Amino acid sequence: MIWIDTIIQGVLLGGLYALFAAGLSLVFGIMRLVNLAHGDLIVFAAYLILLLVSLLGLSPFLAAILAAPIMFGVGWALQRHVLNRVLGPDILPPLLVTFGLSVVLQNALLEGFSADSQRLPAGEIATASVQMGGLNLGVLPLLTFASAILVIVGLNQLFYRTELGRAFRATSDDAVTAGLMGIRPERIFATATAIAMLVVTLAALYLGMRANFDPNIGPARLIYAFEAVIIGGLGSLWGTLVGGIIIGVAQTVGAAINPEWQILAGHLAFLIVLLIKPRGLFPRAVD
Amino acid sequence: MTDTAMYRVQTQTRASYSAGAVCIALIILFILLPTFASRGLIQDLFFIFTMLVLAQFWNLLAGYGGLVSVGQQAFVGMGAYAMFGGVILWGLDPVPAILLGGVAALIVAIPTAFFTFRLQGAYFAIGTWVIAEVMRLLVAQWKMLGGGTGTSLPRTATREMWATEWIQTTFDVRGAAARDILTYWLALALVIATIAGIYWLLRTKRGLALAAVRDNIEAAKSVGVDAARMKWLVYLVSAAGTGLTGALIYVQKLRISPDAAFSVTDWTAYVIFIVVIGGIGTIEGPILGVLIFFILQSLLADYGSWYLMVLGLIGIAVMLFAPRGLWGLISEKTGLQIFPVRRRLVLTNPKDGLNSIQSDKQREA
Repeated sequence: MIWIDTIIQGVLLGGLYALFAAGLSLVFGIMRLVNLAHGDLIVFAAYLILLLVSLLGLSPFLAAILAAPIMFGVGWALQRHVLNRVLGPDILPPLLVTFGLSVVLQNALLEGFSADSQRLPAGEIATASVQMGGLNLGVLPLLTFASAILVIVGLNQLFYRTELGRAFRATSDDAVTAGLMGIRPERIFATATAIAMLVVTLAALYLGMRANFDPNIGPARLIYAFEAVIIGGLGSLWGTLVGGIIIGVAQTVGAAINPEWQILAGHLAFLIVLLIKPRGLFPRAVD
Repeated sequence: MTDTAMYRVQTQTRASYSAGAVCIALIILFILLPTFASRGLIQDLFFIFTMLVLAQFWNLLAGYGGLVSVGQQAFVGMGAYAMFGGVILWGLDPVPAILLGGVAALIVAIPTAFFTFRLQGAYFAIGTWVIAEVMRLLVAQWKMLGGGTGTSLPRTATREMWATEWIQTTFDVRGAAARDILTYWLALALVIATIAGIYWLLRTKRGLALAAVRDNIEAAKSVGVDAARMKWLVYLVSAAGTGLTGALIYVQKLRISPDAAFSVTDWTAYVIFIVVIGGIGTIEGPILGVLIFFILQSLLADYGSWYLMVLGLIGIAVMLFAPRGLWGLISEKTGLQIFPVRRRLVLTNPKDGLNSIQSDKQREA
């Protein structure tokens, strides 16, 4: 029974990792940009929510709703004024710019909020749990997982059911031809990053309520997100969820065996998948 | 011009001849420096030299090989830990144990490359980072070498280090200062060997193949360049070099911990900024970059995180507005090249006299 519990905790944790990864996957899918500051942007959003919580005395959920449009604007401006300038056939400039951004964000947060670890005050929900078939499941992890599924359904709907989604796919396939059809790729890119930042805000909300965070944890979140994307296969959002679940289960099982192995077990699971299926479990995009 | 055009391929420029002379004079000066320089200066130069070596190897990987790694700390850490292992477990002298660091980094680079080369482009970058994290976590499990908290080199090993006794008597200094001089000389030797080695590599046929792969992999393959082999070559060479440097750095530091030896900030972020600010894809760039980096650090190090923020912002600004770095700006304006790798076809036709034609064999560097 304890093992079933461990695995279910891991699956639910995978939902959080899928939330980390969805934004990364979205941006990569549309403009082939890997944002090395993705993890730090999640941490940034968490501090933004924390700031709103402590300044306005709001609940974290309300604060996240307020933070979302701000992050949307941050994403838009970042893409429009910085990242669009470096997109191109050469992968070096966007990588180095986002790496620089990661260092700047980390240290700006360090300067602004100190290295002390923080937590979003979730209130009763943090400890609430429901009984399900003899298992005690936390409400917050369940909510996180449900949100991850909703985000993926939502993004898939957006991609395949709306005009914006069609523009996304067209730009992803061929930005120049899409431009001839009246789409402005630089705007599409900015919109995509802005939407990714909405997902980032949601991820930050659950990250901050679930555990302590400090300015230095961004890179590790980036790595989990990246592992989930690669395990799932590029271009498949449901694959990303599966990837997140694999990392999550590996981590909780590893931690159950020896607490020091938690993170290592997640990485090893990733390496094993990379060894057996280099293109991920559900490959779709050809890159 | 038709029948008897005489020509030869030349890479040297007039500037590179005089620069060569200056380099030799500088090397002699650096060798003799410990006879009159202060211990602080020796330590600063040790730092500059080791960072420069790391920067040159990262530049070889990213600037010439097109392999952007954010996981160089994996090899610094492995090299350093292998050196510690050699000293603590096998009782080796720290100086020859440095070589062990290079060998260890080379050995771990082989399976590592097997994983990371499965990832394309940008994902390669994060893949190298994952590998470095895995190594950090694995080394932290190694209880013989202090586990997660780290360990120090045993005093007996540091006191009797090769050549320190000779330096002590010759320069009339104490043990710690003698060790600084020894590591300084080793760093100097490493930096000379690295720059000379990379310069030599870039001027051989392999260097040409490397540039061709970076500029257009399909075109390079079509003229018979084995692109996969070139990638392996630069990856393994820079892993070994980075491992050696890591081991040397920790002979001087004497104390190691997984978090310090596998630090992404110290061994990769700094190195990337040095190369980007100085000028990626040139040998001169990292040299200029490390000097700027050192000056910035001396001025701003007291401000802690502000310093890193400024460094990050400068890196972003350079990438946005002058992607070829400071050296790129300088050589664009003046045409100056200290380490020219561009091959030029020099016509020695009796009628036309001496003509020089830029061949486009190599992208302007």
